[in-house]
Amino acid sequence: MKNSLRHIYSLGVKEIIAIFRDPMLCCLIIYSFSLGVCAGAKSIPEGISHASIAIVDEDNSALTKRLADAFMPPLFNPPEKISHAEIDRLLDEGKYTFILVFPPNFQEKVLANHTPQIQINVDATRMSQAFAGNNYIQEILLREINAFLRQNVPDATVYSAQALVRNRFNQNLDKSWEGAVSELINNIAMIALILTGAALIRERERGTLEHLLVTPVTPLEMMLAKVWSMILVVMVTTLLSLFFVIYHYLDIPIAGSVTLFMVGVCINLFAITSMGIFLACFTRDMPQLGILMILVLMPMQILSGGTTSQENMPLVIRWLMQLAPTTHFVVFSKAILFRGAEFSLIWGTFAKMLLQGIFFFVVALARFRRTVAE
Amino acid sequence: MPPLVVESPVVEFRDLSLRYGKTQALDHISLALPPKKIIGLIGPDGVGKSTLLSLIMGAHAMQTGELRVLGGDMRDGSHRTEICPRIAYMPQGLGKNLYFTLTVEENLQFFARLFGQDAAERRQRIDRLTRSTGLFKFLDRPAGKLSGGMKQKLGLCCSLIHDPDLLVLDEPTTGVDPLARRQFWDLIDSIKSEQPDLSVIVATAYMDEAQRFDWLIAMDDGHILDTGTPQELLEKTQSRDLDAAFIKLLPEEKRAEHRELVVPPLETGDEISIEAENLTKRFGDFTAVDHVSFKIRRGEIFGFLGSNGCGKTTTMRMLTGLQPATEGSAKLFGQPIDGNDLETRKKLGYMTQLFSLYNELSVRQNLELYAKLYDIPEEKVEESVNAMLTRFDLTQYAETLPVSLPLGIKQRMSLAAAVIHRPQILILDEPTSGVDPVARDSFWELIIELSRRDHVTVFITTHFMNEAARCDRISLMHAGRSLACDTPENLIRERGAATLEDAFIGYLEDADSGAADAAQAASVQPEKTSVAAAPKNWFQRHVFDFGRFYACFWRELLELRRDRIRTTLALFGAMILMIVVGYGINMDVEKIDFAVLDNDQSLLSRDYTLGLYNSRYFLPHKPIANHAELDRRMKSGELQMVVEIPPSFGQHVQQGRLPAVAFWVDGSRAAPAETVSGYVSAYHLNWQARCSRESAMPLPIVNLKVESRYRYNPDVLSLPAMAPAVMPLLLMMLPAILAALSVVREKELGSIINLYVTPVRRSEFLFGKQLPYVLFSFVSAVLLMLLIIFLFGVPVKGSYFLLLVSLFVYCILSTGLGLLCSSVTKSQIAVIFLAMVATLMPAPQMCGLTNPVPDDGSLAALIGAIYPTTHMLLISRGVFNKGLYLIDLWRPLLILVAEIGVIGVIGVLLQRKQEK
Repeated sequence: MKNSLRHIYSLGVKEIIAIFRDPMLCCLIIYSFSLGVCAGAKSIPEGISHASIAIVDEDNSALTKRLADAFMPPLFNPPEKISHAEIDRLLDEGKYTFILVFPPNFQEKVLANHTPQIQINVDATRMSQAFAGNNYIQEILLREINAFLRQNVPDATVYSAQALVRNRFNQNLDKSWEGAVSELINNIAMIALILTGAALIRERERGTLEHLLVTPVTPLEMMLAKVWSMILVVMVTTLLSLFFVIYHYLDIPIAGSVTLFMVGVCINLFAITSMGIFLACFTRDMPQLGILMILVLMPMQILSGGTTSQENMPLVIRWLMQLAPTTHFVVFSKAILFRGAEFSLIWGTFAKMLLQGIFFFVVALARFRRTVAE
Repeated sequence: MPPLVVESPVVEFRDLSLRYGKTQALDHISLALPPKKIIGLIGPDGVGKSTLLSLIMGAHAMQTGELRVLGGDMRDGSHRTEICPRIAYMPQGLGKNLYFTLTVEENLQFFARLFGQDAAERRQRIDRLTRSTGLFKFLDRPAGKLSGGMKQKLGLCCSLIHDPDLLVLDEPTTGVDPLARRQFWDLIDSIKSEQPDLSVIVATAYMDEAQRFDWLIAMDDGHILDTGTPQELLEKTQSRDLDAAFIKLLPEEKRAEHRELVVPPLETGDEISIEAENLTKRFGDFTAVDHVSFKIRRGEIFGFLGSNGCGKTTTMRMLTGLQPATEGSAKLFGQPIDGNDLETRKKLGYMTQLFSLYNELSVRQNLELYAKLYDIPEEKVEESVNAMLTRFDLTQYAETLPVSLPLGIKQRMSLAAAVIHRPQILILDEPTSGVDPVARDSFWELIIELSRRDHVTVFITTHFMNEAARCDRISLMHAGRSLACDTPENLIRERGAATLEDAFIGYLEDADSGAADAAQAASVQPEKTSVAAAPKNWFQRHVFDFGRFYACFWRELLELRRDRIRTTLALFGAMILMIVVGYGINMDVEKIDFAVLDNDQSLLSRDYTLGLYNSRYFLPHKPIANHAELDRRMKSGELQMVVEIPPSFGQHVQQGRLPAVAFWVDGSRAAPAETVSGYVSAYHLNWQARCSRESAMPLPIVNLKVESRYRYNPDVLSLPAMAPAVMPLLLMMLPAILAALSVVREKELGSIINLYVTPVRRSEFLFGKQLPYVLFSFVSAVLLMLLIIFLFGVPVKGSYFLLLVSLFVYCILSTGLGLLCSSVTKSQIAVIFLAMVATLMPAPQMCGLTNPVPDDGSLAALIGAIYPTTHMLLISRGVFNKGLYLIDLWRPLLILVAEIGVIGVIGVLLQRKQEK
């Protein structure tokens, strides 16, 4: 037992030294956890911001002018007046995302309590802006028209209520929070997967692993050594990144317990490093592993819920993504970091990641010796 | 020593120095080498022989001093280019310049094509070379499946494929069996007799080979000790043979360590350590080891000799438990071998043929690691490591990384790692290949000591006959079978041969090992291969040679085709991802999880929330009882929105006191949160309108009809908008990774040496390697397009032609980006990483897939503006969704085309043609 621990320790130390011996690798790790995270935070613009909008005003009334003036920065760029004939061309060029058309006699119809019609042309290929922006536009139109109408009505007892929308946990809906954290999560997954998977293939290609099998070291020890060393390396960099980059530089408040978060990171890393070994056990050489990693990492990165929400994905995809450790990682990261959740609220995700890790680990262990000595 | 005056020297250097970090590999040496001779370079390991050779080849960049090869300055790049086809080089190490997935034939074809030979000439040369080396019947075997010695022969054939003026061989016969070595030198002699102008420079560890050279250079420690013909050296040192002469040439302190080896007689009981009975191993229908039996007593040194590829290594692997036997049994200490038995492994020391310690750890760290793995107590680790360092004369290299050490020193280090735990059985697979004579003797000193003093059983393979003669017993193997097994003396006597080598060769020739081929080749006098290659035009000579480009392309394509899994994934991986991601990405915000905290519980409060329950946008959860629960359920992420109705809501509404309903929205999911507030406002207005109509004094209410026209995607489906946008993403990542790995893989496995030493240009090499990946990714792009059209039902509204052209351009770019990554990295891990960072991060996030590219001058904006995916996205969406044509989209296409140029030039320039 004592010897076994010593094997695991010495082999793990070797893994860590190997990382430090590759300056390019070190640079990339540092980049991913510093500049990479920053770029991730900045890559998501503040929701609808400075959306380009144009207006075809065929009414030219006080009301339509008032409506046009209501579209202001930071949400919208000041709208530009265009003619009806230009609509198609400008949309094709991608110059405007939204083009509003106010029909003739718009104000009259509003005042006469008829039902006037406004057309909003939306460039639907601009996915994120299209839907949210359309909502904003409708909201602004309704608000302005209501206000316009009320100017002419005397005060009276109003039979109504007001709705107060309060955003919790991130009052200003600052998207850089999500951007930074999901980038961190993606990078953790990528680095852990590459470091273990590719390092294993490299050892196999160079014959060092086979040599180890002749020494009194068991595959279990070799795998544990890889797992602990990579967990340590990534946890240290994650902690540094969380503290210096996310908390201090990007100024994102951390609501919950960092310790609890790091425990989660540790479990997640166990799952991902095991997955890395698992993948390496099923591939013959580095190119195969490279493709396989893309096949695994890309869906994990795009679909794990970091930047898009999983609620609206097809059921099959949601089930499938339940198998990816990052899905749970995203859930508990947001819960702990932003919402300050305690252990009692997120232990389920920890358990799921642990189970996944154990599954990958056990299957890889069963295949390990065979894949090395073949 | 004054440089010799030689007329028109083939190689001439003056004050040549080179250092690797702190190590001075060559120290101001000056010499002129006579032409048309076979020149031997002898000396211990790590004295700068290989360094000197790689400088002569132009494979390594020069530092200080002067070097002229074939009459020109080697600092001059154009001179290097010019003489490159006239020099042939065979690097040290087993098959370092070979491609292991390619067959023998294909490897040779590749090199022949690099030198611009036509089909007939290639055939003739390949047949002749392989016949004379005994490789002829293995033409169809992949190089990776050849034994170590056969790889050496193939490496030589590859370097001899063209008629060089200067042949540089770096330890060419290391690990080659005696018969093959004899054939090898006969081959060189016959080539030399055909081409009397050929100069050959050979570094070798075999002194019996050096004996037949015309001229020798003895080197030590970056200096030249002496030069002259073998005869002169013998006379100068008054020695009988070169081994002794060389030792006498060494400086005093090194010589002191050396003394004649005496093998004391074996005194042992009948205890059997290793026992094999009818041991058999088959791979498919190929029998590698065929019913081999032997019994080895404790303390015996048992030599295992045989031609290359006869099953020696396989036998050893079975003994170590790495490979299970197909038939028969083997026992260590009377116990059947069990691969999982840790106790047996502790008694076993194993040294592999190829270096298998860690390149990332220093020599000392490697030994420490193995000491710990073999459970040497902590307090004794340092002691044993130091003992080993001294024993194997490694102290000066203790802190060096093995990657920069010569083969011989690596071998010593491997042996040190194998014996550090004082094993009872030592299995050594060619431990002395590539090790210099002095070090070899000290190896044997240790082996003898281990055997005689500690009664360690030694099972060893070797190609050195003087070593074989020191074994207690030897077994001669050929083609998986044991031909004879006895003491060396008895074997010589039985054959009636003069030496062990003759006896050995006699046995092998009886068993026929390509000897017939060699004889045949010798008899077929080659009709003088004067098929002069067509003269190259100016463009080929100075800019780009399509023949070499094609050779690289052909080779890469072959390798790719051979790897079924890789090709399948390369072709269809993108489609799988497209299906998953295409269906998965969804920007709709629906089914918002919400619950109500109703502090009023009145008719009106229930009326207020009723609409939410019936909306497709909202998904109701169990109502909330109090604030603590609200907090908990929002924190856990269960609820995205909570509606809190204040106490006496109903009353207050009726009293016109405008009570406030609080909508708590989870802001940690920022993007949907924005949409949620939009929904909420609309919902509230709606409710107000309804109330107002029912109330006594209606407010003026807008009956506005908003017609939202979602252009290019009228049904507001995510898929049609997503699929054309995801395509460029996928086509960026996979091709980039594949192309990047293809180059760095060669760097890591060593075959990049071919770029350094053959006439192939960087551009020819890189573009040749790139083209197969461009084609593969273009096919996969077309498949993706078909998938989008037919499975996803998104029609192409614009120009097919534009789309296809852009996709092709884009595939060139993505593979080019991969090559760019490969030029700055050395290890495969780093390049996978770099390629992922360079594609996986910017492509989905900064190129306008879900959010438009920002233009605020930030880093993200800059990357977004220049990254190819941004422009391909415009084209792809334009053609698929907007029905646009070239006239509308010429700008992004032009940018893409321009970027090919930029990436191509940078990629080529960053790649090195010489090692630094």
